Amino acid sequence: MFSPLFWFFAALTLAFGIGVVVNRNPVASALCLVISFMGLAALLVGLDAYLLAVLQVLVYAGAVMVLFLFIIMLLDLRAEARRKFNWLGIAGGGLVALGFVGELVFVISHNPAGNQKFPPLQARVEFEGFVHTGPIESADLAPPETTILLPKTSETAKLGAGEKVVEIVPVAGGKIDDVREIGREIFTNYNYPLQIVGVLLLVSTVGVIILSRRELK
Amino acid sequence: MSPTLNDYLLVSGLLFAIGFAGVLLRRNIIIIFMCLELMLNAANLSLVAFSRFNVGPNGLPNYNGQVFVFFIITVAAAEVAVGLAIIVALYRSRQTTHVEDINSLKF
Repeated sequence: MFSPLFWFFAALTLAFGIGVVVNRNPVASALCLVISFMGLAALLVGLDAYLLAVLQVLVYAGAVMVLFLFIIMLLDLRAEARRKFNWLGIAGGGLVALGFVGELVFVISHNPAGNQKFPPLQARVEFEGFVHTGPIESADLAPPETTILLPKTSETAKLGAGEKVVEIVPVAGGKIDDVREIGREIFTNYNYPLQIVGVLLLVSTVGVIILSRRELK
Repeated sequence: MSPTLNDYLLVSGLLFAIGFAGVLLRRNIIIIFMCLELMLNAANLSLVAFSRFNVGPNGLPNYNGQVFVFFIITVAAAEVAVGLAIIVALYRSRQTTHVEDINSLKF
């Protein structure tokens, strides 16, 4: 990710995260949280995690925050009345949080492995049939999906039946099909957890319905 | 220069610390719940950063981390639904969302 954009969205996420904590009005807190989640989604785009960025916006900034705002409206919460400050509690909580930040900075500054850049992405591309290895401009000789990824010499070759060309090519961030990769993982290696999560969603739906009945028996 | 892994980890850790401070300092139960969401998202960011950092032999990110984030988002959505239902039930019986007013179990 281009660095100024990274720092912009990181600052946005953190600033509105602080806004969630310091706002007295719950509605303002919830709206700050929405913007913070948007910034986080932008950071995920910078990490080439497009599916998760979209899910972040849909699930968190969409569904979850609508639920929060709906509950705030339902309970008719106003800005919190000022109460007697519990100085001991605030000092203790602040101290623990600051200790966490100090530990974080210590660990990160002693982690030279993390100072490397993110390695470039590559894609493994298999070709069958016509392979056109020319520049993209002369793309009329072969199907377009086989022409884009091999910018080498300008020639066209006909492969025999069953013959394949496998190339490892550098790929721009936007060309990563992470939906397919994550889908493959979910439906093969992580199929059992996926079923369990399905059951969890069912259980939580039933639980919410039971919890929000008028009389709790 | 492009950001490094440590930059992402720092942002993630700071976001976690903000959520952590919110859980410890705020007394409104709904805002505590929002701060919990903030902490979950901070963990998600560091998981995705690690996933992108560990490019496998096929040249793609290690998608195990992203699948884990997928599950975290799902579980967090379920958790929000149940948690808010509990808060509504609590509000019905006590007419408050302030944690210091809910002290029946306090020693």
